[in-house]
Amino acid sequence: MRIRFRYSKLGKIRFTSQRDVARMWERAIRRAHLPIAYTEGFSPRPQLSFGLALPTGAESLAEYLDMALDPVRAAEEGVDVAALPALLTPLLPDGIDIEEAVPVERSKDSLQQIVTSCSWTMRLVGITRNELEVQVAALLAADVVTIMRERKGREELDDLRPSVLALAVADAQADSAADPTARTVGLVAELSTQPRGVRPVELVRGLIAVSGGQADETFEGSAADGRSGGIPVLDRVCRTQQWIEREGLRQEPLLGRVVPAGADRAMHAMERAS
Amino acid sequence: MNRDMESLWPQIEPLLAQVTKPARYIGGELGAQSVEHVPDAASWLLVYPDTYEIGLPNQGLQILYEILNERDDAVAERSYAPWVDMEAAMRANGVPLFSVEHHHPAGAFDAIAFNLSAELVYTNVLNLIDLAGVPVRAADRTVDQPVVIAGGHCVFNPEPLADFIDCFVLGDGEEVVGEINEVLVAFRTDAGKAATAGPTDRADLLRALSRVPGVYVPFCYDVAWDDTTGRLAGITPRFADTPARIEKRTITDLGEWPYPRRQLVPLIEVVHDRLNVELFRGCTRGCRFCQAGMITRPVRERPADQVRTMVSAGLERTGYDEVALTSLSSADYSGIEETVTGIINDPSCGGQVSVSLPSLRVDAFTVGTAAQIQKVRRTGLTFAPEGGTWRMRQVINKLIREEDLYAAVDAAFSQGWKRVKLYFLIGLPTETDEDTLGIVTLAKQCVAIGKKYHSSVAVTASVGGFVPKVQTPFQWFGQNTIEELTRKVYLLRDAARPVRGLTIRWHDPKATAAEGIVSRGDRRMGPVIEQVWRNGGTFQEWSECFDLGLWTDALEANGMTLEDAVYRHRTEDEVLPWDHISAGLHRDFLWQDWKDALAEHGLPDCRWTPCYDCGACTGYGVEHVVASAVPPAGGSQGTGQDLSTGGQVPVRFLSTAPSGAAPAPGSGGSAVALATEGKS
Repeated sequence: MRIRFRYSKLGKIRFTSQRDVARMWERAIRRAHLPIAYTEGFSPRPQLSFGLALPTGAESLAEYLDMALDPVRAAEEGVDVAALPALLTPLLPDGIDIEEAVPVERSKDSLQQIVTSCSWTMRLVGITRNELEVQVAALLAADVVTIMRERKGREELDDLRPSVLALAVADAQADSAADPTARTVGLVAELSTQPRGVRPVELVRGLIAVSGGQADETFEGSAADGRSGGIPVLDRVCRTQQWIEREGLRQEPLLGRVVPAGADRAMHAMERAS
Repeated sequence: MNRDMESLWPQIEPLLAQVTKPARYIGGELGAQSVEHVPDAASWLLVYPDTYEIGLPNQGLQILYEILNERDDAVAERSYAPWVDMEAAMRANGVPLFSVEHHHPAGAFDAIAFNLSAELVYTNVLNLIDLAGVPVRAADRTVDQPVVIAGGHCVFNPEPLADFIDCFVLGDGEEVVGEINEVLVAFRTDAGKAATAGPTDRADLLRALSRVPGVYVPFCYDVAWDDTTGRLAGITPRFADTPARIEKRTITDLGEWPYPRRQLVPLIEVVHDRLNVELFRGCTRGCRFCQAGMITRPVRERPADQVRTMVSAGLERTGYDEVALTSLSSADYSGIEETVTGIINDPSCGGQVSVSLPSLRVDAFTVGTAAQIQKVRRTGLTFAPEGGTWRMRQVINKLIREEDLYAAVDAAFSQGWKRVKLYFLIGLPTETDEDTLGIVTLAKQCVAIGKKYHSSVAVTASVGGFVPKVQTPFQWFGQNTIEELTRKVYLLRDAARPVRGLTIRWHDPKATAAEGIVSRGDRRMGPVIEQVWRNGGTFQEWSECFDLGLWTDALEANGMTLEDAVYRHRTEDEVLPWDHISAGLHRDFLWQDWKDALAEHGLPDCRWTPCYDCGACTGYGVEHVVASAVPPAGGSQGTGQDLSTGGQVPVRFLSTAPSGAAPAPGSGGSAVALATEGKS
């Protein structure tokens, strides 16, 4: 038997890595005495399978985890799947909240294989709303957006454009709309995960590239402080949804809600984030 | 309670996107205490002066953290050394050192207390005091600034840090931390000040601290220098009520202190990332190079049923699947086998728990126990013969015969292990090249034994350069030079090269020299440490940051040499910088033990032989507290000595009553917190 969980990762805990989160889950499962299945061999590990790794520093409203139960022990002890979120959430650190748990079929495809895209919201600093709108339009209009990506420790050039499924400047909040010179702007995007996942920091690199800016470092760099007009710096990132797209229909890995693929992709991401 | 206890999180948060491992700075561990700073309580910032991953598991710091926070008149938070990238970001943005719980600024605490476990962190201590916004030199601090405190093994030679630390605390901290807190409350809280109505300048505070037994306040002592030699002539009290010699503190019954009750479980991976339960404190094996064994005497065992309770409750609370039973020589714990079996077979432990004994004794019996407890995740076994020949091991009093080691290694390989690690020291007193090369002879034979059972085995001989430590019989020994240690390393490397399956690893002899500079230094070493720090020498324990040139430059600038500070043998009549500091060991016992070492004369464990009068028991009116008069198998360390005379030995036996049920001071009754913790 396999159980799929959907959980969020918000606040200070966003600074922990995917591996750290896996260890938090392992401890919580042991504390809850769940009859979980272990891998065979000299070093048995709990059978947990996480989806696409979330970059350290990013928040998420849509993390998934598949957990395999030991069939014999689970049958003996009984597992109330619907009660698991309330049981496990208090055993996990602050900032990790389980939204839902449902039994799923033991399919062969891992979460990593079936997810086709992710929705993100971002907060950029060092750029005004108007400047960012120009960059977004330029990126969407471009046929090819070449950026430097790191792969297996080596830098290589890659075309970002096919991976950007949707991109828009977020609706202005009342306070910042009043000030057109404000240098904090929201961005929403849907980025493909196949064949390779695109990270939000790489999207920002693409925005800089299409605006003719220096493809300087962004996420890791410090805020621009107005020294270079219009170089966006990624300040906050949140993954709002993961999608499985099949034959023009998108669905979430767990809730089974089906939405047509279309131009509202980015806006849907905003909806979830709000 | 100090002013300005405001969270710095809004300033810290933007820095975290720029640094490696940002989760080092966010707190949020299971067991972290949400503390409220109230006017009547003294506030402590407990600091481990190395990275979060190294410092978080430190048991001493965690014990004091809980004991202080259980008091109504104290609050404690924790901090660790920010890595160089974070420190740079903090300094660039004017962010001071902060606590991980609430991100409070270090300078707002009443006390900043450091755990000193290694000498090479001293430059980090200065850096952290500075990062806290507090003057680095104790003499420059005002009455309102935090009191800077240090404890831990290194304080048995406090002099190199005497210029920077307000007070050093010697020995077990469980009791004395409360006594120090009472002084802080009297001098630092409004209620305390009103009650005493006495003088409240910093000198009064320091003098009050110096009256707490086990506390050394450098301010209260005069240092005299010999005009002709330039060497130390003596350290004497300036005031009538200041003790001439400061004795360490010793708790008599470990069973009364079942801490940590709520071991911290970090969000990120740290060293020793498992449940840790202390089996006993102290060791009487008498290894002459081992400072920990000398300064923590006598042996005080934790009652076995309390160990079991702490293990089962701890695993339940933390979700760890591994527990380490810690001590200086865990296989020596009375009834270790029963204790381990009990944990493995405890149904509440779920059958998925592995037990580790961090310090294995070298004998086949111990391997049998290890085989039993490492059913899962069998990685490698480590033994520490320390010396390459029997002669060498008699000198250092590590009385392991070759047969013992071979039997242990045979047992390990025959029971499925394929990797064995051996620890050795080089640069020991009287060491010859024959002794050094004996390391390869032993290791080679271990490879041959392994080949009987497996087609491919890996034996690693890990070689460290010996640094003579204070309060040990080797405190008079002149350390080997960098050149000599390097020569010995190459000797080993060349001899081991043709042996397939044998790897030699070694510690950098330059780092060994730097450790030697600080280990036995006097107050003249303060400016050296300060200069190394001012020239950027932090994290000197880390090979990527270590720079011997900083140390030798600073020595030279202060008119000293490696020759005099490190390589020179000390004489019997020489005043040692730590002579006014006592770990309970008589100086004549240590000198006799040094003479015995040079005569290649071993000294068996005093738990099961008559007393050698080292002073640790008699001086404090304490005895070794053990549960069994019979030494564990292999207890003779292979000397073949008749140890059946245990009943005549001056030890106190643990009562058989379940002392785990006895209420601990300040607790509500249950010795171990069983409550499930979660977020509120």
